[in-house]
Amino acid sequence: MEIVYVYTKKRSEFGRQCNFSDKPAELHVDILPDPSLTDNFIDRDPCDVAIQCTQEMSEHEVNTERFDCEPCGINHVEGGWPKDVNSQEMEQTIRYRKKVEKDENYVNTLMQLGSHMEHCIRQNNTIDIYQEYFEEEEIVEEMEGQPSAKTVNVFRDPNEVKRTATSLSWHPDGSCKLAVAYSSMEFQKVTKDMSYDSYIWDLENTNKPEMTLKPVSPLVCLEYNPKDSHILIGGSYNGQIAYWDTRKGSQPVEMSAVEHSHRDPVYKVIWLQSKTGTDSFSASTDGQVLWWDIRKMSEPTERLVLDPSKKGNLDNALGAFSLEFETTMPTKFMVGTEQGVVVSCNRKAKTPAEKIVCTYSGHYGPIYALQRNPFFPKNFLTVADWTARIWSEDIRDSSIMWTKYHMAYLSDGCWSPARPSVFFTVKMDGTLDIWDFLFKQNDPTLSLKVCDEALYSLRVQDNGRFLGCGSQLGTATLLEISSGLCTLQKNEKALATAMFERETKREKILEACHREMRLKERSRSEQSKEDEAKDGEAEESAEELVACAEREFYEVVEAEMKKRGKDDKKEKEKYERKLGKTVSNENIFMFTDYLNTSSQEF
Amino acid sequence: MAEVEETLKRIQSQKGVQAIIIVNAEGIPVKTTLDNSSTVQYAGLIHQLVMKARSTVRDIDPQNDLTFLRVRSKKNEIMIAPDKDYFLIVIQNPTE
Repeated sequence: MEIVYVYTKKRSEFGRQCNFSDKPAELHVDILPDPSLTDNFIDRDPCDVAIQCTQEMSEHEVNTERFDCEPCGINHVEGGWPKDVNSQEMEQTIRYRKKVEKDENYVNTLMQLGSHMEHCIRQNNTIDIYQEYFEEEEIVEEMEGQPSAKTVNVFRDPNEVKRTATSLSWHPDGSCKLAVAYSSMEFQKVTKDMSYDSYIWDLENTNKPEMTLKPVSPLVCLEYNPKDSHILIGGSYNGQIAYWDTRKGSQPVEMSAVEHSHRDPVYKVIWLQSKTGTDSFSASTDGQVLWWDIRKMSEPTERLVLDPSKKGNLDNALGAFSLEFETTMPTKFMVGTEQGVVVSCNRKAKTPAEKIVCTYSGHYGPIYALQRNPFFPKNFLTVADWTARIWSEDIRDSSIMWTKYHMAYLSDGCWSPARPSVFFTVKMDGTLDIWDFLFKQNDPTLSLKVCDEALYSLRVQDNGRFLGCGSQLGTATLLEISSGLCTLQKNEKALATAMFERETKREKILEACHREMRLKERSRSEQSKEDEAKDGEAEESAEELVACAEREFYEVVEAEMKKRGKDDKKEKEKYERKLGKTVSNENIFMFTDYLNTSSQEF
Repeated sequence: MAEVEETLKRIQSQKGVQAIIIVNAEGIPVKTTLDNSSTVQYAGLIHQLVMKARSTVRDIDPQNDLTFLRVRSKKNEIMIAPDKDYFLIVIQNPTE
């Protein structure tokens, strides 16, 4: 409906002055409510209206353009001189000074100040008002509360497709840089657009890596040369070794020849102690340990095949996963294998057969980390499958100390360079565990969830305070641990020595016991063999052994269950007597379960 | 003039006094027993310190004013006597 009001004026009256006159109100339009329209609406009851009586404000976000700053020095010149005096000119300055000295105000002020000053000087000479009275008392430093670790920085893989950070290496001087090797460890999951680069990060700058290393194939491991901090050596996924000089750019200076390199990814490469500082050796799951001199990468200087039967047969060889080399023991080195065996080798042996000295078995899966204790080189740590174990060189059959079986795979571990009893492990569920076996043996002293994805690598800085862990999505996290965990405590070395000796002794005794038992068994079976030689049942077949084992197992289980039932009944009676009434079975089970678990912790 | 010299000589002869510097309100060292570069450094830095100290004292109590400033360090003690127009700075190595 259009509301229209018509206003007419004669043309002859156009342009005339407007005369206004009062008029009573006139109703022009009256629109009455139309009840039929209410059908289009629904009653709203209750009506919820928010009111606010405040100033109306609006929010704006502003982001300024990136401001580029550049540090540069400023040259200061002497100032304060009045305009007519050139501060460089000796004459002018002297003249000015002389003028000031003649000023009366100067003289008066100075007399006054001088007397005051003299008083203070004399005071100083008479008595030392800042004397320390209790200097001789030693300040006892207490360990600050809880051990803790906090994340200092996170370095993320700048590429779109994330790769695992498989290895970290700290810069040898000052540890201000961290080299991280990235590769995809999953079988055949390498996509075409996955970059092969590895980066060197400056710890202060997490936005952009300081330097990129561009290998031909993704790097699985990377190490700084401890003697020359510009050189890095890396082992790549296709088995080649390459070395970089950070002064020369991102491309490797030289790569090993493909024919003479490893046939499987190189899992560990370590620099050796040598006069030239150019020797290193590498290990890979193809069963070989190769020695290289970086000046001549066309072929390895030496090679060792990890054949336990000492015949140098590659088919029998154990795949090597980790290497260990301690500069204080330059003739020995150890290799951790895929089969869960640690092989100890002697470098100086003449024949390959003599190179392999002995093996330590006890793990069920590939040994991801192997390291000697920096304070006690006779003991070393291995990290594999679901446990971490500490071994003594003398005991071959089993480790002297081990952690409990965890819920997730352990993927890397290392000792703390500052404290002999502290070591670190990382797991596939993204947690970092810090163990201090002088404090607690069953559980880690500190367990920290670093990230949601699996952690693959770990490296502690030389001062023991900072550590870096690399995860599956290429995130390298830098953590700082509390000073209690990285400062040597009183008596720690003595206590750790005592502990290692005690555990070693225990294992030795156990070994001796086993040997005795075996001897007895053998002599007994020999006797029984003579008796039963005619029967022809001298050797038990494999199936019989299995059946026997099964029977024993079920017997043990049944005995346990019976024992539990008896215990439950006993507990129930005790409880009932206490309460004076009968209790339902469920409550009893919960109660006894608690008792059982607490007694079975060890 | 002579009294000033005498005063300064007396101060200089006290035990442990290493240097005396007189600075005016603009920060120009008027008289000094130290070499030029050190003098300029001291003059500039101490001037700022005195201004700060004075403003601190007066902020807390406007009726109050700074009369003397002593900076004790491991190696020596810097004593500053401020005034409206000049500062007298003495560096002393106090006897322990």
